[in-house]
Amino acid sequence: MEINKLSDTIESDVASVTNDGVEKCKGYTPAIEFRNVSKSFGEVRANHKISFDVKPYEILALLGENGSGKTTLMNILSGIYYPDEGNIFINGIPVDIHSPQESFKYGIGMIHQHFKLVEIFTAAENIILGTKGKQIIDMKAMRKEIQELLERYGFELDIDKKIYNMSVSEKQTVEIVKMLYRGASILILDEPTAVLTPQETEKLFSVLRRMREHGKSVIIITHKLNEVLEISDRVAVLRKGEYIGTVETAQATSLSLTEMMVGKKVDMDIKRTEPQNTKTRIKVDNLTCLDKYGVKVLDDVSFEIKAGEILGIAGIAGSGQKELLESIAGLQQTEQGSSIKYYSPQDGTESQLIGKKTKHIKELGISFAFVPEDRLGMGLVGSMGMTGNMMLRSYKNGISLFTNETVPRNLAVRVLNELEVVTPGINTPVKRLSGGNVQKVLVGREISNNPTVLMTAYAVRGLDINTSLTIYKLLDEQKRAGVAVVYVGEDLDALLDLSDRIMVLCGGKVSGIVDARNTTKQEIGLMMTKVAGGESDDE
Amino acid sequence: MSNNAETKKVKEPLIRIAARDPLPFWKSWGIRIIAFLLAFVVYVLVVYAFTELTPVETFKYIFKGAFGTTPKRLFGEITLWKTIRDIMLLFGVALALTPAFKMRYWNIGGEGQILIGGLMSIIIMRCVSPYIQDPWLIVVMAVCSALAGAIWSAIPGIFKATHNTNETLFTLMMNYIAIQLVAFINIVWEKKKGSGTLGMINADTQQGWLPQEFMSKIVGDDGYAFIVLFVVLIAVFMFFYMKRSKHGYEISVVGDSHNTARYAGISVKQVIIRTAAISGAICGFIGFLIVSGSSHTVSVDTANSRGFTAIIVAWLGKLNVFYMLLVSAMLVILNNGASELASKAGLNISLSDVLTGVVLFFILASELFVNYKLIFRHSKREEA
Repeated sequence: MEINKLSDTIESDVASVTNDGVEKCKGYTPAIEFRNVSKSFGEVRANHKISFDVKPYEILALLGENGSGKTTLMNILSGIYYPDEGNIFINGIPVDIHSPQESFKYGIGMIHQHFKLVEIFTAAENIILGTKGKQIIDMKAMRKEIQELLERYGFELDIDKKIYNMSVSEKQTVEIVKMLYRGASILILDEPTAVLTPQETEKLFSVLRRMREHGKSVIIITHKLNEVLEISDRVAVLRKGEYIGTVETAQATSLSLTEMMVGKKVDMDIKRTEPQNTKTRIKVDNLTCLDKYGVKVLDDVSFEIKAGEILGIAGIAGSGQKELLESIAGLQQTEQGSSIKYYSPQDGTESQLIGKKTKHIKELGISFAFVPEDRLGMGLVGSMGMTGNMMLRSYKNGISLFTNETVPRNLAVRVLNELEVVTPGINTPVKRLSGGNVQKVLVGREISNNPTVLMTAYAVRGLDINTSLTIYKLLDEQKRAGVAVVYVGEDLDALLDLSDRIMVLCGGKVSGIVDARNTTKQEIGLMMTKVAGGESDDE
Repeated sequence: MSNNAETKKVKEPLIRIAARDPLPFWKSWGIRIIAFLLAFVVYVLVVYAFTELTPVETFKYIFKGAFGTTPKRLFGEITLWKTIRDIMLLFGVALALTPAFKMRYWNIGGEGQILIGGLMSIIIMRCVSPYIQDPWLIVVMAVCSALAGAIWSAIPGIFKATHNTNETLFTLMMNYIAIQLVAFINIVWEKKKGSGTLGMINADTQQGWLPQEFMSKIVGDDGYAFIVLFVVLIAVFMFFYMKRSKHGYEISVVGDSHNTARYAGISVKQVIIRTAAISGAICGFIGFLIVSGSSHTVSVDTANSRGFTAIIVAWLGKLNVFYMLLVSAMLVILNNGASELASKAGLNISLSDVLTGVVLFFILASELFVNYKLIFRHSKREEA
């Protein structure tokens, strides 16, 4: 649908950005108003002077990329953090929210992505849990109350069903009813549709609309643009901790929202060299993976990784990036029909990697370097020093029953000097180092192996700008040395400046592979949220 | 304006506890030694309260209980040898738990694994001794006991690896099965009808007994030199196994993060089962040492709670071989000394448990002060 509006000029869309409220809800005091709310964590400004409001009879979508500050803001509202500056007004009265209990007192109900339910209780028992009242529970009266609630908002729920027998969607319903039963008038839903099927999403939306009719305020946090356009009355956009503006949904388009969300391109001073002698190193065909609930996290993904270039992978968090890299590294169960072929740089021989574990891939003589997203939980042994971590990938070499410590110790010293790792000593447990130094240890070890393929997931997340530039430089060096580099990133500026090609994932599917030199942030942003440029694959 | 009001409303707690950076060696040990000395002040006070013994008398009895009375022939003294035996056995079990704990696999089934090992030794002594003679009988006993312990421990290990069952509960349950098995054998094979005990097996031939007069020229007649020798060998093995071997490295990685282990191409299942088996094998071997080297019989008290006490030893000793030896020695000396104290003062033997509790309480509490610092309310205000 929205594709048709793509022809609108960006300028006219931006013109509709306004900080004023919407006509429709005029006359009501805002249910919540943020006024210049700021929150910093050390150097990081998670929220900077954020001001907007939510009215009764309104659904407001809070839109922003990963790390734009949505979660911090909602945590402030639900009493988990206290703002450094600024005020929050509830129904026009300034309030201090010190704890989740207090937040609740003000009628704020937060529905997290991870449900907080007692598995062995029934829906009804979970709903009444934690409410204050008499010592004796009048289950009959309470059930009646709950049933009334269900009917009023049009929920479909068997309140005698145990939580462990429930689908994700049913559990979510229980969470919402729980909040309403406790008298919440402002509901915040964090990525509510991430775990739902399209039909379940439709049901949720109709319930949300009923809530709006009853005068509740709903804040829905999401990055799915089509859903924003479908459900919300207004959209508030955050970018890198700053408040960009609020627009009326009726006057917004995918393109205008993307523009607000990703902003203008910032040059990062990353040196990108022209790829030379690119050769296909890995060919992935029809790769499909399921998560533990049986939902497809990767759906028929096909692409090539080439030696001598950097393949950037963009996508909203959880679009299948992790599973993609882990499939190649031999850490992920794949479905029938998937194929990952590796072409040896020496003689071009082809090996099928599906069904092989990390150990077997190594036995084939293939040298993969993999910098996983979870640095300390997967890439490194937190309780060991640099020396111990250097041997993680190579400790098994040789037939001796004992480990060789000289080689890893020398390597540790080399990494320490070359990458300027700041540590009290090479035997200090790496979990005590700062994030940037932890990453240097990990990247240093991975590229020391002379890999033919280097895969990195969020390699610069949480790092300061200098360390990030060091990492970018290392990746570019590897590319020039003929390594096939895969860079999964979240910062679109860096992706555009560093990569040669960019593959965009959306919901486990490839929504396109583009030349990084001839594309824009907007194009990538749109592809990330499913609206593929030109093609109309809108459902 | 609301910000000011809010700081007043929030009441700062009187004492807050915060983690602190690792202390230098001398400071952390200073704290521990002070705790130890304080423990003895309370120790002496408790003894005085119950028995009116002076501190000097108290320590005299402890010394006597642990080391015996005749310092001239120190190593011939039976009391001393018993203390050494107890130290080494406790140390041995703590060594057995070390790899499992390093892997963050909470094997609290040492008790049962010791019993099964001891039971296996007795079965072989009784049933096989007519066919095989020493020293081969002893070798067979040792190997079979270790195997029995390994299997006993591998069962929970396999379930942990394949079904992620809770090893704490599982190993604990295995203890009770082992205890009941030993009780059963004690009734089936009881020496005198109605006694419910086995008595010493092979008391006449001494087949399957570790020779006690080994090195008797040097250390006197009643030595448990073999027990000492074997436990020292286990200690040396464990030191290198954990610090230098590839297995030891794998155990550390699995203990830190299963995901990292998978990433490094380590088979987590295999490491869990293997380590559980090694832990159990050493416990089983300790069971053999107790039966063959000391008691020559098996009863539900054979393990004497060592499987549990060793957990404290392993933790207080931070899984370090030398610290664990020190902690074992401390616990056994305190316990044996306090038993003497209790019997001399005509008090219940439980007094020794009370006194050991006093010392442990102080030592455990000292770890709080080593790892955390206390911040008092007023000191914080001064800063601000």
